[in-house]
Amino acid sequence: MIEAHGLTKRYGKTVAVDDLSFTVQSGRVTGFLGPNGAGKSTTMRMILGLDAPTEGSVRIDGKRYRELHNPLRVVGALLDAKWVHPNRSARAHLRWLAKSNRIPMSRVDEVLDTVGLTNVANRRAGGFSLGMSQRLGIAAALLGDPQVLLFDEPVNGLDPEGILWIRRFMHRLADEGRTVFVSSHLLSEMALTAQELVVIGRGKLIAQCSTEDFVARAAENKVTVRSPQLGLLRTAIGQQGATVRDEGDSLVVSGMDIADIGELAAANGAVLHELSAQRGSLEEAFMQLTGDSVEYHASGTDADTEAALRAAAADLQPAGK
Amino acid sequence: MTLLAVERIKLFTTRSPMWCTVAALAITIGFAAMIAGVDTENLPTIASSQFSYSFGLVVIMVMATLAITTEYRFGTIRATFQAIPNRTATLLAKTTVVAVFAAAVGVLASFGSVAVSKLIQPEADLAINTAFEWRATAGVGLVYAAAAVFALAIGVLVRQSAGAVAIVLIYSQLVESLVALIPNIGTDIQKWMPFYVANKFLTGDPDPTTRAVAEGPPPSAATLSPWWALAYFVAIAVALLAVSLFAANRRDA
Repeated sequence: MIEAHGLTKRYGKTVAVDDLSFTVQSGRVTGFLGPNGAGKSTTMRMILGLDAPTEGSVRIDGKRYRELHNPLRVVGALLDAKWVHPNRSARAHLRWLAKSNRIPMSRVDEVLDTVGLTNVANRRAGGFSLGMSQRLGIAAALLGDPQVLLFDEPVNGLDPEGILWIRRFMHRLADEGRTVFVSSHLLSEMALTAQELVVIGRGKLIAQCSTEDFVARAAENKVTVRSPQLGLLRTAIGQQGATVRDEGDSLVVSGMDIADIGELAAANGAVLHELSAQRGSLEEAFMQLTGDSVEYHASGTDADTEAALRAAAADLQPAGK
Repeated sequence: MTLLAVERIKLFTTRSPMWCTVAALAITIGFAAMIAGVDTENLPTIASSQFSYSFGLVVIMVMATLAITTEYRFGTIRATFQAIPNRTATLLAKTTVVAVFAAAVGVLASFGSVAVSKLIQPEADLAINTAFEWRATAGVGLVYAAAAVFALAIGVLVRQSAGAVAIVLIYSQLVESLVALIPNIGTDIQKWMPFYVANKFLTGDPDPTTRAVAEGPPPSAATLSPWWALAYFVAIAVALLAVSLFAANRRDA
């Protein structure tokens, strides 16, 4: 279990992480979600004792990272796959890590096998592709067979095959009962990988809830109804227990299926000018929640920005479905 | 012991230490061979065979600096601190391994220089008998070790290869010599500059009185006796290391 209490990190006047408190439960995959520059990596570095918090603290199973004995056996982490000397072989890299935490050398070959790098174990890591580097980083994280695993943007820059491999891998780790804390700026990715979400923006906590809740909130279906007989429809739909809201010359109905509304209109003899579903995407919900907290807004008019964001969200959809 | 083993694996699983060793040995021993071969009027002495120790010293200091700055360059320092959160312990282990390695290279370089001189001029008297002769040869190992600590400490402080190497080289090769040019007080200051003082340990008495200046490395006018000179040099390297450890613990990795 990871517990952060009032975690704050300031660099001069810039506040990277602002009074952040959250809990990562064991035995679940918890997504750490936020736009670029929200403070995810800084938070992860503070969890690992690499950066000292300006205020507050973060504990792993009740202990500060620096108090852990043989920390690689407690927490495995992949913050940056490039943290390897390019002229050192994959095996040598894992050998010194294993030695430092009194992990048997046989474990090195085991994890190399797990991530499928056995054939290239003696090649210099500098020649590895991003996907291979990522696998080596995961091998390093798994070396001590830890119960807690941290991954910072593990799918960034990977090809679809690599993404799928990492996603399956996370699930396997969670199925083994481990605590997995994985950061990403892609909600669609998190929706597939994580059971719990910690959402931050500009260093502040925005939400901590289950992914289901988050998705439910985001994917709440609304139906727009336009008709010359709005009053009639409003009463009829209201009697069915759905929520009705006036929006200009139309009604916005939530909590009722679009087909049911159509049938209800027919039963009441009402003319329909429009009956359309407004499906909120996960990305839109994410935008709504974090919209004010994106550190670097695109310049230009709001309409431009919104269009760009929508286009970006649309691009994300295939990965999310 | 575990930490020493970790740093040993790290040092010897990249290629740069090997190349630095080859370069250091080639320069020192090669230069000794040249002196023994070219100077046909005088037979080589222990002192003249050690002319080139300072060249190897430069290479070893570069190696020691890079041993830590490459960790910052490639982010492996973070992997290291993640595996061993006790930064003081892990950096001390690295310092120890690098210093021992530097000492070994120094001893190889100095005795190799004597051996190659003997090989080229077999009739020369190159027996190592006096305290001076032992210091001038085996002592090179000690000076290399302390210089490696000095360079590594700069590396920890600067954390950036080019900058740290530049500081180490410019300081040891230029600043200490140029200080003597300051009017009136220059030579007095120079007598207390660390590398100048370290030179006293290797070239110091009784030798300067008994040999021509052209034989062997330029003698040092430092006022400390040879062993105090070494102690002074080591103390400065250790003090610098202490400052760098303090900084490493304070800073974010």
